[in-house]
Amino acid sequence: MASYNTSQFRKGLKVQLDGDPYLMIECNFVKPGKGQALYKCKLRNLVRNTVLDRTYKSGDSIEAADIEEIAAQYLYHQGDHFVFMDNQSYEQYELGQEQVDDGWRYLKEGTVCSMLLFDGKPIGVTPPNHVVLKVEYCEPGARGNTATNVSKPCKVETGAEFDCPAFVNMGDLIKIDTRTGQYIERVKE
Amino acid sequence: MSHPANDDFRPTARWENLRLRAGLLRRLREFFDRHGFLEVETPILSADTVVDRHLDPFSTEIPRGPGEPLLRLWLQTSPEFAMKRLLAAGGRAIYQVARVFRLDEQGPLHNPEFTMVEWYRVGDGLDEGMQLTSDLCDALLRRGPAERLSYRAAFQEHVGIDPHTADSAVLISAIERCGIVPPASLSNQDRDGWLDLLLTERVRPHLGQKRPVILYDYPATQAALARVRPDEPPVAERFELFISGIELANGYHELLDPAELRRRNVQANAQRQADGKSPLPEQSRLLAAMQFGLPAAVGVSLGFDRLVMLAAGARSVSEVLAFPFDRA
Repeated sequence: MASYNTSQFRKGLKVQLDGDPYLMIECNFVKPGKGQALYKCKLRNLVRNTVLDRTYKSGDSIEAADIEEIAAQYLYHQGDHFVFMDNQSYEQYELGQEQVDDGWRYLKEGTVCSMLLFDGKPIGVTPPNHVVLKVEYCEPGARGNTATNVSKPCKVETGAEFDCPAFVNMGDLIKIDTRTGQYIERVKE
Repeated sequence: MSHPANDDFRPTARWENLRLRAGLLRRLREFFDRHGFLEVETPILSADTVVDRHLDPFSTEIPRGPGEPLLRLWLQTSPEFAMKRLLAAGGRAIYQVARVFRLDEQGPLHNPEFTMVEWYRVGDGLDEGMQLTSDLCDALLRRGPAERLSYRAAFQEHVGIDPHTADSAVLISAIERCGIVPPASLSNQDRDGWLDLLLTERVRPHLGQKRPVILYDYPATQAALARVRPDEPPVAERFELFISGIELANGYHELLDPAELRRRNVQANAQRQADGKSPLPEQSRLLAAMQFGLPAAVGVSLGFDRLVMLAAGARSVSEVLAFPFDRA
């Protein structure tokens, strides 16, 4: 297995520690003029999202992680599993609830997500920044009230609930920012 | 005008900082001139190189002729050897503004090619050497005279241990107490490695926050090219000046004994090989100069890029370099 030594350390490196994939999110070189060079690194666990502080001395190395990012289309869910398909190879991948995390709120059939594979196995999925979802249920909209400062809950086709303005009706299509979970606008088809 | 997709032809320093840099260089030369120093220039590329466990030089090989082995030359990691040869040949007070090169040293405070100001004055002891260093920094940065703190007192204050007597186990537990995960490859026997880690993590950040601090009397095992004073325990007559937690200058009451230099070279190479590095040549013209006779002197080197950085209030040397290594 390939590995990186300290002189190759840099932000963005994908490595593995104790079998888990990590992203190097910070790497600081410190060295007393007449002493040991140290590399102070912050590493984010790509499965659990936890951050680890590690110090290396020059000449140390870390095993490289085989990480690949692919475009994968969401197909359907079955029990606790979400099934995706690689848009290029048509290979199917199943992800569990904990890997999809909050992402399920935005997943409707056909949504193309970015998926991370570690040693060929999926470890996480990120929906596109904006998704358009159909409102399945909400209180009826107040006719003529186009104010956006009054909000109400609505339930969309994925089963998730979002806050939307009072004028939104059942059957409307709304655009949501998946990074914040915020309503952006009402859209036509 | 077209906009090139790649923007890395541009300098990373603003003109304002380049002007500040030029101004500091001018004032630095005035300072040395006023103090009776002669500016000298010596080769950047040399057949000799400093043998240090933690310094890796750039090198190049030059063909000499058919059937002859290549001549290996080194880019200097400091102008130390050449300047001491000048002292042996009659130099009294000399300084140099030199470009120096160190492999793999890159970060907010490091660039593999950097500018080092180095000076020597014959007849000085540790006290005079520290005074001149403090005066120079005060003249250029206006942060007041440096406070002096022994290496031992600094460790007692910030770590609560005596760095000269504590064994590795005590050093390791001091690291663990503050929640630092040490490099797995750091050997329990590598006492200096643990001291460096403590200095970096626990001591250095406090140094020179209010006013400049000079740390002096280093462990004898970290003497490099400084002489060792036979106190109990013996200490290296070496000092470093810190401002805002940044190491700015390093000075030695210079080692004069060629036999001792030979012994340290052998030891540094043994450590290099244990670290998986190639050994460096132990023979040099400095040894010949020392055998001829080197006058007692203090020598100091100062990181000029860091000095400019401090004057500019910058956070990285790239803010005061026209073109750092990745744009060189």
